[in-house]
Amino acid sequence: MSQSKKRQWEDKYKTCKERDFKFTTISGIPLKPLYTPDDLADFDYERDLGFPGEFPFTRGVQTTMYRGRLWTMRQFSGMGTPKDTNKRYKYLLKHGQTGLSVAFDFPTLYGRDSDDPFSHGEVGKCGVAVDTLRDMEIIFDGIPLDKISTSMTINPPAAMLLAMYIVVGEKQGVPAHMLTGTIQNDMLKEYQAQKTWIYPPEPSMRIITDILAFCSDHVPKWNTISISGYHIREAGATAVQELAFTLANGFTYVEYGIKAGLPVDKFAPRLSFFFNSHLDFFEEIAKFRAARRIWAREMREKYKAQDPRSWLMRFHTQTAGCTLTAQQPENNIIRTAFEALAAVLGGTQSLHTNSMDETYALPTEKAVKIALRTQQLIAYETGVANVIDPLGGSYFIEYLTNEMERRAYEYFEKINALGGVLPAIEKGFFQKEISRSAYEYQQAIERREKYHVGINIFEEEEKPDIEILKIPPEVEIEQIKNLKKVKKERNSTKVKEKLKDLRKAAENGENLMPRILECVRAYATLGEMCNTLKEVFGVYREPIIF
Amino acid sequence: MRKIRVLIGKPGLDGHDRGAKVVAAALRDAGMEVIYTGLHQTCEAIVEAAIQEDVDVIGLSILSGAHMTIFPRVLKLLKERKANIPVIGGGIIPQDDVKKLEKMGVKKIFGPGTPTNEIVEWIKNNVGGKNSPGQSTKSKKSRKQK
Repeated sequence: MSQSKKRQWEDKYKTCKERDFKFTTISGIPLKPLYTPDDLADFDYERDLGFPGEFPFTRGVQTTMYRGRLWTMRQFSGMGTPKDTNKRYKYLLKHGQTGLSVAFDFPTLYGRDSDDPFSHGEVGKCGVAVDTLRDMEIIFDGIPLDKISTSMTINPPAAMLLAMYIVVGEKQGVPAHMLTGTIQNDMLKEYQAQKTWIYPPEPSMRIITDILAFCSDHVPKWNTISISGYHIREAGATAVQELAFTLANGFTYVEYGIKAGLPVDKFAPRLSFFFNSHLDFFEEIAKFRAARRIWAREMREKYKAQDPRSWLMRFHTQTAGCTLTAQQPENNIIRTAFEALAAVLGGTQSLHTNSMDETYALPTEKAVKIALRTQQLIAYETGVANVIDPLGGSYFIEYLTNEMERRAYEYFEKINALGGVLPAIEKGFFQKEISRSAYEYQQAIERREKYHVGINIFEEEEKPDIEILKIPPEVEIEQIKNLKKVKKERNSTKVKEKLKDLRKAAENGENLMPRILECVRAYATLGEMCNTLKEVFGVYREPIIF
Repeated sequence: MRKIRVLIGKPGLDGHDRGAKVVAAALRDAGMEVIYTGLHQTCEAIVEAAIQEDVDVIGLSILSGAHMTIFPRVLKLLKERKANIPVIGGGIIPQDDVKKLEKMGVKKIFGPGTPTNEIVEWIKNNVGGKNSPGQSTKSKKSRKQK
């Protein structure tokens, strides 16, 4: 590249007028008008990119990427009673969805039964209610678990829901070693961002390592933790913070697994990730690419993993719920399409696209079908899935990928200086960082330094008129009635016995999973199991920071 | 006149606290005294805190879909305690429910995308800081959960 021609162009550029706008990414990375080979001065193709399916996986985790198989189209879904949810799953599968993802209601997420006083008003509202194995049997009725993979967004009670899924499989004649799917089981980001917790961090980590050990022996195709940046981002973090905090959490799970005596290559291949895809198109793509490269390098060099499957970062992506607007809700279809496109260009393994009506309620059938169709349009019409990592080698994308990585390592140093992720949670470090970014973003919107159509530019007065899904209060009554029936029909002496065994296992440190499976088979309720562990582990109290 | 005192509450099991915290920070920066309850509060605890802290307004943030249970309960508890404290709210709440809630006595629902200064202005215009010099020296503070 001729430096004199570049200088000439730069001089010419300086004489021209720019729009009155601060050119930065959403994370605040300053942007030049043009990127050239000078921005990749010490670029080394083999070291920085390599080939798809090969170290350091910057270009993707599979050899063929989407030419071999498209990403899994997996809409996060669940509402009302198990019966309502089963019906929605069959609707989505009929329209070409290729994987399931279960959304549980708040009581289930916190390990509380539908008849718990704290559950009143929440049952079936933002997801499906699960009290016992019976509910899971209904949710998956007529859905063959050997043919479909299922992701479950569940954290403190992850072990219980996984156990229920295993038993549903058994009843369908599908043994545990054939089951495929994911439990979120990522407690660290709960303390940092999503805030569904029961137990304090240390016992939570023990439950997680019990699951790692159990699954590597008995459910080998299961993704044991979905290390999630999604909620960190939704709570207000920048792309850089999402990247850094998620990876730091991932390394912490690896360290705890090793500390629990598991060889790294025994559990690391089943760790998966979950990212957010936000508005800033190129920054998101760079984030995904940087994430793969950092994970691969640290797993190989720091944690001495030998199995290449331990190096590669597989991830699910969801478009950013926090970018949806209640104003002009139809615009959300377009916003989501751009975010989904970034996820695909970033090499995601599976994808959820949000529906246009989700700033009001859970999506209607019509809205969720448009969201699914958005993915299908990207996959089948646009041609972007025909060439692997098509943006690789772009001066800008490679510069931004390097910059995301550099900034992530700055955060790793800060976290290490605080003594690691758990001490940093206790000190409120992540919580403060995220709250600060959320407030700064809101201020940037209000000062119109960043734009959001319908919010601070091209606003309209009229109220939107779209169809909204309602979850009637009868759902709670029906769910409590069904729970009572199960309790009446089961052998309560056996339940008590199994819960006592669970308590003993919690006290003496043996793996909890076999005990939880026995409780589940006896139709112990989720609340009974979680409360039993509460007696041993205690409950978490958050430090209040804003 | 003392500063306007606001209690920001997260009732129920809902863990989405981004909005509540952003609003709390904005009200604080606008010169109000803000008490943030933290997550997972019962309606009883919120009403008790509001009375104890002698606040001028209660703001509830609900994104879990439980708004039609929680708002009426808080209003009822306030009435039982004879506490005349206005209640406002925000979160994921459909238009139809906004109308119903405002009819049953919730003063105002601020939906997604509301600029924080709109909330600041609304509070300044509709809620006067009471004259009670005995309490004006109280500093900003966050209450621990019960």
